[in-house]
Amino acid sequence: MSNFENTAYNFAYLDEQTKRMIRRALLKAVAIPGYQVPFASREMPMPYGWGTGGIQVTAAVIGPEDVLKVIDQGSDDTTNAVSIRNFFQKTTNVETTEETAKASLIQTRHRIPETPLTDGQILVYQVPIPEPLRFLEPRETETRKMHALEEYGLMHVKLYEDISRHGDIATTYAYPVNVAGRYVMDPSPTPKFDNPKMNNMPALQLFGAGREKRIYAIPPYTEVVSLDFEDYPFTIQKWEEPCALCGETESFLDEVILDDAGGRMFVCSDSHYCKSRQEQGHSGSQSPDAEKASREVAE
Amino acid sequence: MYVAVKGGEKAIENAHRYLAEERRGDPAIEELSLKQITEQLSHAVSRVMAEGSLFDRELAALAIKQARGDLIEAIFLIRAYRTTLPRFGYSAPINTADMALDRRVSATFKDLPGGQILGPTFDYTHRLLDFALAAEGLEAEQAKEAEEAVDEDVPRVLELLNKEGLIEAAVPGESDESSSVGDLTREPLEFPAGRDVRLQNLARGDEGFILSLGYSTQRGYARNHAFVGEIRIGHVAVEFVPEELGFAIEIGDILVSECETVNQFQGSKKVPAQFTRGYGLAFGHCERKVIAMALVDRALRADELGEEKSAPVQDEEFVLSHSDNIQATGFVEHIKLPHYVDFQSELELVRRLRANALRTQTTLEAAE
Repeated sequence: MSNFENTAYNFAYLDEQTKRMIRRALLKAVAIPGYQVPFASREMPMPYGWGTGGIQVTAAVIGPEDVLKVIDQGSDDTTNAVSIRNFFQKTTNVETTEETAKASLIQTRHRIPETPLTDGQILVYQVPIPEPLRFLEPRETETRKMHALEEYGLMHVKLYEDISRHGDIATTYAYPVNVAGRYVMDPSPTPKFDNPKMNNMPALQLFGAGREKRIYAIPPYTEVVSLDFEDYPFTIQKWEEPCALCGETESFLDEVILDDAGGRMFVCSDSHYCKSRQEQGHSGSQSPDAEKASREVAE
Repeated sequence: MYVAVKGGEKAIENAHRYLAEERRGDPAIEELSLKQITEQLSHAVSRVMAEGSLFDRELAALAIKQARGDLIEAIFLIRAYRTTLPRFGYSAPINTADMALDRRVSATFKDLPGGQILGPTFDYTHRLLDFALAAEGLEAEQAKEAEEAVDEDVPRVLELLNKEGLIEAAVPGESDESSSVGDLTREPLEFPAGRDVRLQNLARGDEGFILSLGYSTQRGYARNHAFVGEIRIGHVAVEFVPEELGFAIEIGDILVSECETVNQFQGSKKVPAQFTRGYGLAFGHCERKVIAMALVDRALRADELGEEKSAPVQDEEFVLSHSDNIQATGFVEHIKLPHYVDFQSELELVRRLRANALRTQTTLEAAE
């Protein structure tokens, strides 16, 4: 891995034949929104389960002019995001960025950036289990039939059972969605907080599952509806306090444990979003300037 | 004051340096050479070649060295390297009947044409630690060379049975065109998989997983008593037909292990009682793997033979989807990656559900 420049690896690691095979699968996926297209996933130099599907999709669509951003759990600096970004830096030499608006291509694990995406951007998701029905029916042969027949009753029964048992739908991430009024799709393990962002998103959304050998997609401006019931409408997570660093009340927050006596704080999971808000002068209860700011307000 | 976690990049770099240091161990101790590994840890090399799907002793040895002896990690290194290799085409089928035999045994006949050849086997050794091996520099005992060479003609045991019609014929694939042989490294696995893809999957599959599944058939989960008709271990020639030549040329030879089992079959509505076959083949010297593979192959033929399916080992989707240790280790181990976001979502839900429950309880108590 260290001497990529000196080795015979192709641009973006994969050979052109493999890229072509993946692009064909991607085209089919875009043509049938939410449908899982089998593809001949390759063994990558990273382990299965660490983003090999997303990496293959990114490798198939990236060009020398692209600007790449890689996030994991919303953050550019988590170890696996760093590792994947380095991989593409070494194999493509493209420009990388942490700025959501500046990126033409964003690979993500478990989050959609808080900054709304725009026309021409591509969001690539890493997907562990692409089949939304998998935990209801473990057999691929069965679930493929269920999709073909649009037989999604089982999923609604599951959500209904949640309500009767817990008084609420107990799915908080990988919350199933219906795409373009046809296929039920797994949005990957993003929190349901991010589901509304998928609806009518101007950017192209591509999903890659390497171990399970599936690719699927949501074209720009496609209707994506989270499954729910009239009397139990879909809702997203809310926090009782704002981000402790930037004061945002509308973002997804991570809980950080500060001590062993119950001390904790909440901060934006989207690290770049939080940082840019702080740079714009927003602050929260734990900001370095918080004390100064509150003094100023008092004055 | 809280500062957001930074420094992942530096931590990774340092961890990798630490790993390299640990891999080398005490620098006062002589470093392992690849030759030492290929010559003295040949079973490890065989396993890495078989499950890595790449016949190259030296690369397997390098992978074992780099992986600090973690064979699954070594197999992973080989697989990741293998996918980058260009493909020139498919070889002609190897012919194990023409094998230069190191070992050939049959459990079904006491003596048979070609004879029983034990070869270099652990069988019948007493598993007593040989403390003499702990001392280095001792010369190994040399095996005596036999007075007679191995017969040129060593017929397959199962073919002897086949002459009487007691065993099913070995059915060739649907077509003998090489292009029609399935290859799950190039095509996604789909169900039902043909026997070609099934055997490829088992040959690449984790030895431990295949072993346990094979074992389960012996303990009554899809019991199908198997006799080892024949085990062959030795070198076979690999032939390739270049398009521009139009005839086969030998491009090298490989060491393989092969096992054919003779299994009971009570007969069904479709087929009269007859012995049936299970088949195992893998790169290198890996007898345990190919015996277990033959048991699993036979169990997976339940549909084809009209047998009742009652055990995990007969379930093609279950077996083939979980046999690959590189997929398994990646996905099992990936749960150590950050999952803060999902966990936060679950925390929020559990807190909310508990708060709701508490509120309901308080209201009920107040009403009483």
